Amino acid sequence: MPARTMFEKVWAAHEVVPETPDTPAVLYIDLHLTHEVTSPQAFALLRAQGLKIRRPDRTLATLDHSTPTRTEQIFGDEPIGPTDAARQVHQLEANAKEFGVELYGLRDPRRGIVHVIGPEQGHTRPGMTIVCGDSHTSTHGALGALAFGIGTTEVGHVLATQCLLQRKPKTLAIEVGGRLGAGVTAKDLILAIIGRIGVSGGTGYVLEYRGPAITALSMAERMTVCNMSIEAGARAGLIAPDEVTLAYLAERPHQPRPEDFDAAAAGWRALASDPGAAFDARVEIDASALEPMITYGTNPGMVLPIGGAIPGERGDPVLERALAYMGFHGGEPMLGKRVDVVFVGSCTNGRLEDLQATAKILRGRRVAPGVRMLVVPGSQQVKREAEALGLADVFREAGAEWRESGCSMCLGMNGDTVPAGATAVSTSNRNFEGRQGVGARTLLASPYTAAACAVTGRITDPRDLL
Amino acid sequence: MEPIKTLRSTTVVMPSTNIDTDQIIPARYLTVTTKTGLGQALFADLRYAADGTPKPDFVLNRPEAAGSRILVAGHNFGCGSSREHAPWALHDYGFRAVVSSAIADIFKSNALKNGLLPVIVDPATHRWLVEHPGAEVTIDLETTELALPDGRRVTFPIDRFARHCLLNGIDELGYLRAQLPAIERYEAAHGR
Repeated sequence: MPARTMFEKVWAAHEVVPETPDTPAVLYIDLHLTHEVTSPQAFALLRAQGLKIRRPDRTLATLDHSTPTRTEQIFGDEPIGPTDAARQVHQLEANAKEFGVELYGLRDPRRGIVHVIGPEQGHTRPGMTIVCGDSHTSTHGALGALAFGIGTTEVGHVLATQCLLQRKPKTLAIEVGGRLGAGVTAKDLILAIIGRIGVSGGTGYVLEYRGPAITALSMAERMTVCNMSIEAGARAGLIAPDEVTLAYLAERPHQPRPEDFDAAAAGWRALASDPGAAFDARVEIDASALEPMITYGTNPGMVLPIGGAIPGERGDPVLERALAYMGFHGGEPMLGKRVDVVFVGSCTNGRLEDLQATAKILRGRRVAPGVRMLVVPGSQQVKREAEALGLADVFREAGAEWRESGCSMCLGMNGDTVPAGATAVSTSNRNFEGRQGVGARTLLASPYTAAACAVTGRITDPRDLL
Repeated sequence: MEPIKTLRSTTVVMPSTNIDTDQIIPARYLTVTTKTGLGQALFADLRYAADGTPKPDFVLNRPEAAGSRILVAGHNFGCGSSREHAPWALHDYGFRAVVSSAIADIFKSNALKNGLLPVIVDPATHRWLVEHPGAEVTIDLETTELALPDGRRVTFPIDRFARHCLLNGIDELGYLRAQLPAIERYEAAHGR
């Protein structure tokens, strides 16, 4: 057999019907994750056509996007929020019950952001195909699963058939050499990659992150990297399973039976791209040369090293519009700019390690006067772990708000928003116009950088506080 | 789904690159459980002032935009989230095609399933369209050609299967459900 990439191995193992020039492949889906925002119309379609969910045992639902994060609303008597958000939450509860889907409901200790709980609970496994009506499904590629976001029509297709009609994408190898320096994180790495290849550089490709700087990453860090593949235009990103992956999987609540684990592990190890396998394209990045990164514009590709100056080319309408929205001017340094809001959380940086990094900076310090800081765990399990380790106390003592899990301020559809004109440093994934609220200005950065900015109230190089 | 064969319309031009799905329909409008009526929320933050009144300088609020069914947009249209609310909103508003030099993958896939044609043209044609807002163009799905007012015709790429479904008003789910015997065989053979 010729040398194959990891993507080709996973794709081939899930081809129910191969593609032809006239017809797409029928691709089998091992795990279908759903949430309240992109599923109601798909369940309605099933109901209208009198269809059942073909494999409820391969379907898992949770509440995260429009679900509030204030404790009083989850565990107290306060209403969930806007009537339509509440309706969406109750609709998923009703749909899960009617169609026999397991739901990690509002007060379930396993609830959380869909891309945090999949790996955390052990549902995500190497070599799987995983889809969800959410573009950050690429996160699960960190475990060697081919995972990508789909639209609601396709959610209906998977519910009804456990399959999708797909054209085979191309492959792009991202070779990351060297090693990240102190205070430089996986978030900085993926922002630098997006800055290099651009927000449409990955369109049509599945990315495979490879090289010594990638294998040196923890699972949480790998998830941060794969999470933002879509911000480069790629629907999926993959990292080969290795001993780090296996050690992570061995600690999950759901895992193969002990007598099956070794056989499964052998299969997972064999998923790595064969030596000499051909990729359609290749990019090389030196991790050793990277610094903490921060965005200055209105897409994740508008990013620079935190000590850098905002680009100032005249006559570029895209740049001019972005800077006008952000209230910035070309040539200005990023360091020292005022910050109003700091958000730590999301499927990008809402895991325990991210909260530990945040606490490392905040411990013994205070959030600067006039700055609002929100720390939102990616799941209820992350919340419990952070509380057990005393991290929640660090956040509260510093003056930050500590919440229940959810997507929160990443997309501002659950009551957590950034006010118009305010500048927010966020550990989330999108700095689009209006993403965190109408007129909100978002700067994407790592948890270290976000925490450092919260303490000083200014854009700050986190290495000064570590 | 109603079949689409040809589409003749004046264009509306939004030349910005990277028009993302948060701009097409902001997340706060996603708390719906149906897909109808989302045209009201299309480009909401660009289209309406804070008090809800239309911004007179936004392209869709100008009188010449009325009735247009073809949106010409900057490079990498539809990047960002997988929300199908984006093509639902464009379609509900009245658009039946988006023409650009590049269209994001998930948006393109969603558009094809909702009777909204994603038409990718070469940079020179794209530049001409951007520089001539309101031009009357014809999109022929049968020949996969876009015809400019001066008679020039350029072909555009479109997945053959999606084209077949659009031309004949075929629902992809019906096709997929016809594969169920193969799906069952796969599950049996692969221990799924």
